[in-house]
Amino acid sequence: MSLFLIAALPFLGAVFPALLIRAGRNAAASAAGLTTFLALMGLLIHIPSVMRGEVITARFDWIPILGLNANFMLDGLGFLFALLILGIGLLIILYARFYLSREDPMGQFYTYLLLFQGAMVGIVLSDNILLLLIFWELTSLSSFLLIGYWKHLPEGRQGARMALAVTGSGGLAMIAGMLILGNIVGSYDLSVILQNKELIQASPYYLPALILILLGCFTKSAQFPFHFWLPHAMAAPTPVSAYLHSATMVKAGLFLMARMWPVLAGTDAWFYIVATTGLITMLIGAVIALFKDDLKALLAFSTVSHLGLITMLLGFGTKFAAVAAVFHIINHATFKAALFMTAGIVDHETGTRDIKKLGGLRHLMPITFTIGTIAALSMAGLPPLNGFLSKEMMLEETVHTTWLNSHYLVPVLAVVAALFSAAYSFRFVSHVFLGPQRDSYPSKPHDPPVGLWIAPSLLVVLVVLIGLYSAAIVGPLVAVVSSAVIGGEKLPYYSLKLWHGFTPALYMSVIATLGGLFLLSLHSHAERLWNALPRPEAKVIFEAIINALTRLSHWITDELHNGVISRYAIILIAFTVALGYYAFSTGGMGLPTRVPLPAQIIPIIGWICLVGATLAIMWFHRNRLLSLVLIGVVGLIVSMAFNYLSAPDLALTQISVEVVTMILLLLSLNFLPTDTPWDSTAGRRWRDAAISVVAGIGSGALIYAIMLRDFAFPTISDFHLANSYKGGGGTNVVNVILVDFRGFDTFGEIIVLGIAALIIFALTEAVLGSNVRAYLLNRKPHWPQSGDSHPLMMVVATRVMMPIALMVGAYIFFRGHNQPGGGFIAGLIVAIAFLMQYMASGYTWAIERQRFYYHGTIGWGVLIAAATGIGAWFNERPFLTSDFGYINWPPLEEFEWATAILFDTGVFLAVLGAVMLALDSLSRFAWQPGMAQEFPMDINPLRDSPPEDDKEKEQG
Amino acid sequence: MEALVASAVGVMTAAGIFLILRRRTFPVILGLSLITYAVNVFLFATGRLALNAPAVLNKYEDVAYTDPLPQALVLTAIVISFGMTAVIVMIALSAYLSSKDDHIDMKPDDSVDAPGEDA
Repeated sequence: MSLFLIAALPFLGAVFPALLIRAGRNAAASAAGLTTFLALMGLLIHIPSVMRGEVITARFDWIPILGLNANFMLDGLGFLFALLILGIGLLIILYARFYLSREDPMGQFYTYLLLFQGAMVGIVLSDNILLLLIFWELTSLSSFLLIGYWKHLPEGRQGARMALAVTGSGGLAMIAGMLILGNIVGSYDLSVILQNKELIQASPYYLPALILILLGCFTKSAQFPFHFWLPHAMAAPTPVSAYLHSATMVKAGLFLMARMWPVLAGTDAWFYIVATTGLITMLIGAVIALFKDDLKALLAFSTVSHLGLITMLLGFGTKFAAVAAVFHIINHATFKAALFMTAGIVDHETGTRDIKKLGGLRHLMPITFTIGTIAALSMAGLPPLNGFLSKEMMLEETVHTTWLNSHYLVPVLAVVAALFSAAYSFRFVSHVFLGPQRDSYPSKPHDPPVGLWIAPSLLVVLVVLIGLYSAAIVGPLVAVVSSAVIGGEKLPYYSLKLWHGFTPALYMSVIATLGGLFLLSLHSHAERLWNALPRPEAKVIFEAIINALTRLSHWITDELHNGVISRYAIILIAFTVALGYYAFSTGGMGLPTRVPLPAQIIPIIGWICLVGATLAIMWFHRNRLLSLVLIGVVGLIVSMAFNYLSAPDLALTQISVEVVTMILLLLSLNFLPTDTPWDSTAGRRWRDAAISVVAGIGSGALIYAIMLRDFAFPTISDFHLANSYKGGGGTNVVNVILVDFRGFDTFGEIIVLGIAALIIFALTEAVLGSNVRAYLLNRKPHWPQSGDSHPLMMVVATRVMMPIALMVGAYIFFRGHNQPGGGFIAGLIVAIAFLMQYMASGYTWAIERQRFYYHGTIGWGVLIAAATGIGAWFNERPFLTSDFGYINWPPLEEFEWATAILFDTGVFLAVLGAVMLALDSLSRFAWQPGMAQEFPMDINPLRDSPPEDDKEKEQG
Repeated sequence: MEALVASAVGVMTAAGIFLILRRRTFPVILGLSLITYAVNVFLFATGRLALNAPAVLNKYEDVAYTDPLPQALVLTAIVISFGMTAVIVMIALSAYLSSKDDHIDMKPDDSVDAPGEDA
C-alpha cells in the first residue's frame, strides 16, 4: 500500500465514527477499527522489503521552491513506530469500546483518536521535516482534544491545557531548530539531512539547533523539567492514557531523537544534555512513582522514568546503547500499555484507583491479577520477561559510561533508579492484588467482560514471548531498526538472551530487585519521610507562570490597545511618515529621465475643482451633507482624470462606484447626526494639520519623482501587452489581466467583496435584532420629508430606463474582453439600474419584485468563477488557465469565445450581489411601519408639513 | 501635467489624513474615502502618465500603449474600496445606533474584556 495511503487512512477514517455513531456504538467502533486494521495491513505488506533493509519512499513535490514536499519514507525505525501506533491503536479501539460508558460521546472519541493516530503515523513516516512539524503540531492538538475528552471534569480541562501549553511551546522551539537544521544542510528532506553529519556538526549553528530540537523532544517525551504535564494528563480516559502516554505520543520525542541520532549524536553537547536529562528524569520519575497512591499517577511517573531511561540510552551516543534503546522502546510499549489497561479495569470494576483503598483483589479478579502481575514484573525487570532483557542491556551500558571523569556516577544512579522502579512495580502488585480482601470497595469487584481484558492479555503474551524467545521474535526487527537509528552503519555486537553469565549487569539487577523488595517493606516509613519533605509542586509553579504571563499580556494589551482609535491612527501615520523620511534621507535618487507632459487648460480647470473641493471638505467637514456633495465632486474629477489619462476602464469603474458610494453615504447620513461638533482643541488640530501636510507633501513628492523617471527595472507590462491577444484572446489588456493573467487575484477579490457584503448583512441582522429596532421604528427623520416621496416623473423614467440600463450593462459586459468594460463595470451598472428602482418606487415595492436573494447571487458568482478555474484542470492545465477560440455562425460575423467570459460572469454576479446586498441591508434600517401602505406615485398628505421639532427650531 | 497629478495626490492625502484624525465616525469615513482616491491615483500614476494611449490593442497600426498593469490593479482596488467603505459605514452606523454616540475613541470604562478573567 502506498505510504500516502497509510498516512491518510486514519484521517479519512476519522470521518466515519462521528457519522456512524448514529448507527450505534458498535458501528462507530468497527469503523475506527477497520480503518486502523487496513492501515496496519498496508504497513505489514512492506515487511519483506523493510526487513531486507530497504527504504521505501513516496514523493510528492508540493512547493519545491520552499523545500516543502509531501515526502514519506519507511525504514526500520519508522516501521517499528508505525507498527506500535497502529497495532496498539487497534487494541485500544477494542478496549475503549467496552471501557467508555453509555453517556460518553463515543463517535467523538474515535474521531479524535483516529486524528491523533493519523498525526502520529505522519510523524514517523515523514521524510520532510516541515511535513513532520505539521504532523507534530497535529499530535499536540489532537491529544489536547483527547485529554480533555471528559469536558465536565475540571482536571481534564486543566490537564489538557497544560499538556497543550507545554508540548505546543516545545513544538514551536522545535520548528525553529528544524528550520536552522534545514538551512545548514540546504534541504528539508530527512534523507538528505541524515547524510550530512559532518556538515551539521561543524556548523556554528549546531548547538542552537540541537537545543531547540531537544526542547521539542523533551517536552513531548515529558523529560525533566517538563515532566509535570504527563501526570496531569492522566485525567483523560484510560484508553487515552494507555495509548498516548505509554505507546505513542510520549514516544514521539524519543522517535525524533532516534531519527536524528545519526547526525546529532556523538558530540559532547549531545551526551551531556541528553544523557544527563535522561538520567535525572529516570531517577526522579522512579522516586515519585513509588509515593503515588493513584494507580494512574504511579504509572504516569513510571512512564516518565522509563522515557528517561530511553533518553539516557540515546544520549550515550554509542551504538550498543542505541540498540538497547530500540529494544526498550518495544518492551516498554508492550508492558506499559497492558498496565494502563489493567489500571483502567481496576478503576472500572472497583470504582477507585486509590491504592490505599485497594488490595486483596487476586481472588476477586484472577484474570486481571494475572495480566497485571506479569506486566508489572516485566516493568520491575525480572526474568524471564522482556523488561529484564532491556534493563540488563541498559545497566551493562552504564558500566562503560563515564560522566565528567566519574566511572561510578552513572551506574550507581542507574541502579538506584532501577531499585525504585522495582519497588513501585512490586507495590503495584502487592498493594492492589495481594493482601487481605476488603469489604469497603466502592463497588463489588469482579473480572471484566472479555472485551476489556483481551487487549491487555494479548500484550502480556507478547511480554512473555519476547522475554523467552527474544532473538527469534524481535531479533530481526531490533536489528533492522537499530541499523536505521545508527544510520546504516555496522551493528555492534549484542545478543538478546536471558543469561549472559555473571556480568556486572546481573549483580546490579540483583541489587536493584532485592533493594526494591526491601524498600517496599519499609514503604509506610518511607512514605512518612517523603510526605515530611518539602518539595516543589509543579502544577503550582506552572500556573503561577501562566498567570504571570496572562497578566503581562493583559497589561500590554490594555496599554497598547486602549480603545482610543485616534491614537492608533496618529501613531501609525507619524511612524509611516518618519519611515518615509528615513528612506528618503538614506536612499539615492537619479535625475529625471522623462519629459513632463504639457498641462492643457482643461486639466488645469479639473485640478482647480479637485483641489478646491478637497480643501472645502476640510473646511466644511462639520456640515456633513455639504461635505458629501463636495466629495462627490472629487470623485467625479478623479474619474474624468482617469479617462483623460488613457484609462477608460478605470474611469467607467470609478464613476459607477462613485454613484453607489454616494447612495450608501447618503443613506447612512440619514441615521447619523447631521453635523460634527467641535471636539478637539486648537493645539490638537494644529498638530494633526502639521502631520497631514507633511504626509501629503511626502506622497505628492514621491509620486512626482516616480512619474518623471523611467522604470528602474524592466517592467512586466510589456509581457502582458505582447501576450494579451495571443495568449488571452482579448485586445483590452486591462480586462485580460483581470480575468486571465491575474485571474487568481480577481478570484480572491470577488470573494473579499462577497465577504464584505455578508458582514454588512450580518451586522444589520444583529442591529435590527437588538433594541435598536424600536428606536428605528419610532425615529423622526432629520429633514422634513416630501409628501411626494416617489414622484411620478422619476418612477416612470426609471422604469423606462430599466431595460435600457440592463442593455447597457450587457453591452459593457460583452465588449469587455476587447473594449473598455467587463464584469466589474457591468456589475456596477446593473446594480445602479436596480438601485434606481429602489429609490424611485420605494423599498417595499422593489423587494416585492425581487425574485432572487443577493446572497445567492454572490455565491453563484464565486462558484461560477471557481468552476471556470477548475475546468482548466480537466485539460491538465493549472487552475484558471483560460482557453479561447473562434466561432463562425452564418450570417453573423466570426466572433470569439473565451472561457474568460465565464469567469467574468462570475465576477459580474459577485459584484452585483455584493453591491445590492450592502445597500439593501442599509435600506432596511429606514423601514418604518407606515411604509407598508406606501406605493409609488402615492402622495402622503401627512408629510406636507415638516416635523414638529423643526418648526420649533425655525421659530426659535 | 505630472505636477498637477502629484499635487492633487498630495492635497487629497493631506486632507484625508487630517479627517481620519478627527474624533467622530463620519469625518473618518470621509477621510478614508479621500485617501482611497489619493492611493488609487498614486498607484495608477506609477504606470507613468500617457495621453490618448489606452491599453486596448490596435491591430491596424503600431501605436503607443499605456501601462495596463497598474490599471488592472487599481480597477479592483476601486471596487474593493467600495466594499471597505460600506463595511466601515455599517460599523459606524451600528455603533452609533447602539450607543447613540459617534465618537471613535472608547472611554476607559467601555472596556469589554476586563483583565483577570480566566476560563
